Amino acid sequence: MSADTTPAKTPGVGPVEGVAVYDVDHPAPFIEAPRKRTSKTPRSTRGNFEMAAWLFMRLSGVVLVVLVLGHLLIQLVLDGGVSKIGFAFVAGRWASPFWQGWDLLMLWLAMLHGANGLRTVINDYAERPNTRLWLKGLLYTATVFTILLGTLVIFTFDPNIR
Amino acid sequence: MATPTMDKLEALEADNGSHLITVTFRIRRFNPEVSADAVWEDFQLDIDPKERVLDALHKIKWELDGSLTFRRSCAHGICGSDAMRINGRNRLACKTLIKDISPEKPITVEAIKGLTVLKDLVVDMDPFFQAYRDVMPFLVTTGNEPTRERLQSAEDRERFDDTTKCILCAACTSSCPVFWNDGQYFGPAAIVNAHRFIFDSRDEAGEQRLEILNDKDGVWRCRTTFNCTDACPRGIEVTKAIQEVKRALITRRY
Repeated sequence: MSADTTPAKTPGVGPVEGVAVYDVDHPAPFIEAPRKRTSKTPRSTRGNFEMAAWLFMRLSGVVLVVLVLGHLLIQLVLDGGVSKIGFAFVAGRWASPFWQGWDLLMLWLAMLHGANGLRTVINDYAERPNTRLWLKGLLYTATVFTILLGTLVIFTFDPNIR
Repeated sequence: MATPTMDKLEALEADNGSHLITVTFRIRRFNPEVSADAVWEDFQLDIDPKERVLDALHKIKWELDGSLTFRRSCAHGICGSDAMRINGRNRLACKTLIKDISPEKPITVEAIKGLTVLKDLVVDMDPFFQAYRDVMPFLVTTGNEPTRERLQSAEDRERFDDTTKCILCAACTSSCPVFWNDGQYFGPAAIVNAHRFIFDSRDEAGEQRLEILNDKDGVWRCRTTFNCTDACPRGIEVTKAIQEVKRALITRRY
């Protein structure tokens, strides 16, 4: 049989019938059980971060439904629809602290909500630790950049810019 | 010479023969001593459609190919040994009737996913049971041992009744896409068995168990895809149990 190899070449696999490869003097190699707790096992990753992240997704989702649907309604449907949007329209809205607050809240919640969702997607789908590290690094950089830039624009917006 | 008894027997035999249908079983074979690759192998059987998939596997092993390897112990849906992926769904071979899974087409049988296949339909269950052990699936109490049994009201018993039905067959855990991708996730079965003690009024280590499941690879990795609830051969509402553990964690923290 072609599958019959010499014991020296495949020490882990003995022939089904015939001479046993292992005996009392030559015990089979010990194979460590998976998921066993050893000194190499990473330390416990408990903590309330995952719970906070999970809860944040639910709460921010509820708030975002109101914020985003309201935003879309005002921008695209009411008062002549999308054709009314221009520099003057945005400038007029951001003159009021209420709309500034609305947009700021929407920016932060949407960005954090989306980033957290992508973080879980990366955790679920990226298998190698290095891939995870790079993808999450890219994600966090992009998130921080967008949030900071957006916040800066909302607070330093100048309606008289030339 | 035909006695009435013989006639009856012959009639019965003829009748039995007409009951049989020809079914193709497409079984995922893997033998590490022969090849590193798993292959599909077809077996044709004449079998009563009211028999179970396990009976067909027995027939194949006993009459066609003795090298077919699978686990089964009680063969009556209690021991949880013979969970396998039949026609793409995790089921117990001993609880699945052939007539219920469209036998006119080939019936595929393969090992459950997410665990290392050792041979044919046998997988390495060690990671599964390690996750189970990690949630401390035993009664933990303090103080002196009572002289009588630990009493509990019917309502208190009802609270965790659903999760006591688990037979640890791994059908739920090996149907979970999060577990397929990352075996470090505790998996639905471990959470179900933690739920059984967390909501037991006699147990005093609920907080400890919740803390274990608050892990990065604990309940928060559940994506509520409901695969586990669909797969459970005991009809346990697995996803509901996981959600109840999540809710308990949140209400006890905030």
